[in-house]
Amino acid sequence: MSELTATERLAVIREKGRPTVRDYIPALFTNFLECHGDRCFGDDPAIIGGVGMFGGRPVTIISQVKGRNLEENKRSNFAMPLPEGYRKSLRLAKQAEKFHRPIICFVDTPGAFAGVDAEKRGQGEAIARNLLEFMTLKTPIISIVLGEGGSGGALALAVCDELAMLENALYSVISPRGFASILWKDASRESEAAELMKITAEDLVKFGVCERIIDEPDGGAQNDPALTAENISNYLGEAITRLSLLSTDDLLNRRYQKFRKIGVFGEELA
Amino acid sequence: MAIEDLFKIVKDRSKADAKLKDQKQKKQNNGVEIPKGLLFKCPRCGTVVYRDEFERNRSVCASCNYHSRIRFRDRLEMTADKDTFVELDAGLTTLNPIDFPGYETKISELRDKCGINEAIVTGVCKIHRYKTVIGIMDSNFMMASMGSVVGEKITRAFEYATENKLPVVLFTASGGARMQEGIISLMQMAKTSGAIARHGEAGQLYVTVMTDPTTGGVTASFASLGDIIIAEPKVLIGFAGRRVIQDTIKQQLPDDFQSAEFMLENGFVDMIVERKYMRPTLSKIFRTHNYTRDEEYRGGAAK
Repeated sequence: MSELTATERLAVIREKGRPTVRDYIPALFTNFLECHGDRCFGDDPAIIGGVGMFGGRPVTIISQVKGRNLEENKRSNFAMPLPEGYRKSLRLAKQAEKFHRPIICFVDTPGAFAGVDAEKRGQGEAIARNLLEFMTLKTPIISIVLGEGGSGGALALAVCDELAMLENALYSVISPRGFASILWKDASRESEAAELMKITAEDLVKFGVCERIIDEPDGGAQNDPALTAENISNYLGEAITRLSLLSTDDLLNRRYQKFRKIGVFGEELA
Repeated sequence: MAIEDLFKIVKDRSKADAKLKDQKQKKQNNGVEIPKGLLFKCPRCGTVVYRDEFERNRSVCASCNYHSRIRFRDRLEMTADKDTFVELDAGLTTLNPIDFPGYETKISELRDKCGINEAIVTGVCKIHRYKTVIGIMDSNFMMASMGSVVGEKITRAFEYATENKLPVVLFTASGGARMQEGIISLMQMAKTSGAIARHGEAGQLYVTVMTDPTTGGVTASFASLGDIIIAEPKVLIGFAGRRVIQDTIKQQLPDDFQSAEFMLENGFVDMIVERKYMRPTLSKIFRTHNYTRDEEYRGGAAK
């Protein structure tokens, strides 16, 4: 694995040509069928979801959609989902539970969209509902951070049994730029924030947030998308097999404990 | 020039303008300075009243009914039956998971200033003789942002309530996740939601009371997950910051955007309840969910 700083990794994941979920789906799955809509309000192009086959078994796939160019990004709103996107993902997750399919989530978003319509349709509620429901879904859930995992908008697809991150991926409570701008009132201190915030895959393994780091080729996934897909595929094959062996009770208890134990605090006994 | 630099210039200018205005104001008042703390100016409608009068009115603006931010102690006294509160997990202390510069100092200053050791106090109390787990967030403490201690206290409160078959009432107020604790603070959203799911699966009731301001990661987790969601009048409730949205759409937002009334209209809160009716409302909710009163009468609220 390469030894890069958070700022250097930030540059890698922003590089043009970095593969997105649209590249990974055909490389990882067969028979993919995209399913649209939240059955309440509309269809959010910032989230793609559907069913497909992985290694001979059906799975449900849910992901935020980064564009590979400006045109694509405009169409998928720069991977910033609206409430109906989160509600679509929940609908598909519930469907996966019904048919006992493992769920594979790809996280790749700067965050949930901030806008008037998003507020009107309950962005907060939509994310909250996902957190609650994913916590108790009776089927294995694996989340993989592909590039950027930003705040609650990322977490809504990352309540899972195992979280994996591509080697250069970052996952944070807020973007480094937002962090600098809010805490120091100076967005230009972005890279200082990136270093301070501890947001690389290695940092997150230490915090118990991330279970697995998936190797990228030298210089980043864009240098060999096929090899990156193969690394993801190897991990997925192994993780699905492992998680499928657990009883539902064990699976849910492990998921609860995965998050339950995260927190850094002292305790003075009275 | 980066856009941020431009913002900074504009900001500095407006700061200078404000200073100038302040000096002018002083002149107009014939140099008389109104002592700070004597008056309360409503941030919603601008009405100025004597602070003690305002506080006698439960810190509610008599003119526009804005239910202002109140301290933990005041909230507890106007909500719980007198002398029934027993605090849970008082010994949890804040650490510094990402070594954020100055974090420990800031926390210890706030502990001294606010008289509480973190942004939420949890415990068990009675309301109209119904026994319940209660959590009260205090926005004076770092805008009641959620870090490890807040997340852990809420999680433990729900676990305690599940074990003891009790309802939970949370008075929410928060700027969101506490960025100074990095990713750990984000994880508290999932952790608390997990505990709420288990409490719910055990058939127990969870009531949220959204107070000023309920925003960010708190709106996007436990605050929005109540079986019944109450909001106080005129409070701010939302996910994204108003300024962030304004910068995106490049136009002014209406005054009532992200208010309790806006959330009611859009279907995200069940009811808006004034402070003076909060106890009877909670009591009705407990009654209709088959909780039983403790026989022994303990009198009314302290306030």
